[in-house]
Amino acid sequence: MSVLLVPRNLVIAAVVLLLAFLPPYASLTGNAFLVTLFTRISILALAATSLNLILGYGGMVSFGHSVYLGIGGYAVGILTFEGVRSGFVQWPVGIAVCALFALIVGALSLRTRGVYFIMITLAFAQLIYYFGVGLDRYGGDDGLSISLRSSFAGLLDLSNRMVFYYLCLALLLGAIYLTWRLVNSRFGLVLQGARSNDRRMRAIGFPTFRYRLTAFVISGALCGLAGALLANHTGFISPATMHWTRSGDLIVMVVLGGMASLFGPLLGAVALLTLEEALPVLIRAVASPLFGDAAVRIAEYWQIVLGPLFLLVVLFARGGIDGLLRGARRA
Amino acid sequence: MLLLIEQCLNGLQFGLLLFLLAAGLTLVFGIMDLVNLAHGSLYMLGAYFAASFAALTDSFVLGVVLALLATLLVGMLMEVVALRRLYGRDHLDHVLGTFGLILFFNELVRVVWGPAGLSLPLPMWLVFPVELLPGLFYPAYRIAIIVTALLVALFLYVLVMRTRLGMLIRAGASNREMTGALGININLLFTLVFGLGAALAGLAGLMQAPILTVQIGMGENILILAFVVIIIGGIGSIRGAFIAAVLVGLIDTIGRAFLPDLLRLVFSSRVAATVAPAMSSMLIYLLMAAVLVLRPEGLFPVSSK
Repeated sequence: MSVLLVPRNLVIAAVVLLLAFLPPYASLTGNAFLVTLFTRISILALAATSLNLILGYGGMVSFGHSVYLGIGGYAVGILTFEGVRSGFVQWPVGIAVCALFALIVGALSLRTRGVYFIMITLAFAQLIYYFGVGLDRYGGDDGLSISLRSSFAGLLDLSNRMVFYYLCLALLLGAIYLTWRLVNSRFGLVLQGARSNDRRMRAIGFPTFRYRLTAFVISGALCGLAGALLANHTGFISPATMHWTRSGDLIVMVVLGGMASLFGPLLGAVALLTLEEALPVLIRAVASPLFGDAAVRIAEYWQIVLGPLFLLVVLFARGGIDGLLRGARRA
Repeated sequence: MLLLIEQCLNGLQFGLLLFLLAAGLTLVFGIMDLVNLAHGSLYMLGAYFAASFAALTDSFVLGVVLALLATLLVGMLMEVVALRRLYGRDHLDHVLGTFGLILFFNELVRVVWGPAGLSLPLPMWLVFPVELLPGLFYPAYRIAIIVTALLVALFLYVLVMRTRLGMLIRAGASNREMTGALGININLLFTLVFGLGAALAGLAGLMQAPILTVQIGMGENILILAFVVIIIGGIGSIRGAFIAAVLVGLIDTIGRAFLPDLLRLVFSSRVAATVAPAMSSMLIYLLMAAVLVLRPEGLFPVSSK
């Protein structure tokens, strides 16, 4: 029993409980923004969880993962625009297109290694980014507003903020469960073996290419689901969702939280997105006694703190937040 | 026909600009094995420095020289403070660390120069059309860019292949430890190479500045193109970077110029006008994907490794 009560598990339990009881708390205090923020966090954590499957467990650094957010989002946006509002159609279409796209990209790019892999995944993402810019009928560069959320035939009312939040949270936890089942299965062990030593895995008879490709497709499909959620959440989709810096954000979440850690991407997403909200407030609080009224202006430049923070994580906290928590257990 | 020649020149000019950016990137990549996403920030800084120094000294040439020196210094500072610690790390660490640097530099520029863009006016002696062929007029400034970039390419070739410093750079690239064991200060050498790459990026940025506006984030999209160039050319190969840069520049420019007319045969002109730029951008990435699938090490792989 006491094994379960290590700091790492306590923190994860605290975060999950926080997520579970957030809406009642928010409605008690009347802070609707909290629910909006944490819906976004859950969705991006889902995307980061999908990236973690290939980045953390498979060792494949996909630098174009936001393209699946975009494809999933455009599936919802375009189908709504064309009059198909049912989520039973929109979401599976988004997931299927993402899976198909991941299959093509994976089949071509998994032949390359290292930095070439990083760049070829980026190239395919840029390809779709510019395809989105060229989608004249669907807003092109300006994007497409989605006036109505996907409908689920009276089963789920997504326009209800609470229902939507709990759906996102449930899907996130489902994805983490799926990852847990996957990585502890024979499939997951082969995948992790290929990350450590691909040549040796092939020498003992595993066709690792197929395993890696399958993981790549699962990851793309999961991220497509996150994209469908994100488009519903913001009511808007544009090529900016697929910009390469967004892929960078996803990588940051995974590494910040802890690679190849089940709850790492969730911790990373919570940390990064709350930091984005909290840093301006923090800077203002620190700067106001020193600079008076100028503090508000100084707080606008919060990214000047965030950037070097990434560098510090890379240099001194390789395992991310999860690694730090694990370290605390050892001490 | 004249239009075609003019667009080819534009493509060449853009390609050579890309080469300046890609040369620094491929040097750093090939020698230090460092993926530097913040290279685009140096491009941006070069443009900002040039715009401010030119306004300050009231001289275009002086502004350019000062801007080059400033970018060189910033690059060397960046290497010593941050990037040096990333050598020998995983590429993922490079991506993440330098991604953080992009945020930092974008914000720094916002603090120093404010959110509005700047412009770098051309001196009068560069604003006149040159008649290259009967009936074909071409702006002198664009010719100046082409000539400068070609001279820089020649300088790089001589520097890397014909001088002692270049020999040390090549030696450091093929075996870092052995070069160090022979008494060469590898750290200093790497800092110098990085500074050189930074100055080249700055040069590309400041030469582009009079054509486009100087703004935050201007280095981000062109940085990705520069990466495409070095991947197509083969990492570490300056010759490959040169050829790939010109190729990419030509495809991009000619695609933008002539695809609208081609598409207009099939679609309405409004559709053609929005789809064509997107399609020519897609062409570049298709080219890169094709190269990587067929020749995973690029067109001119550095064989010495």
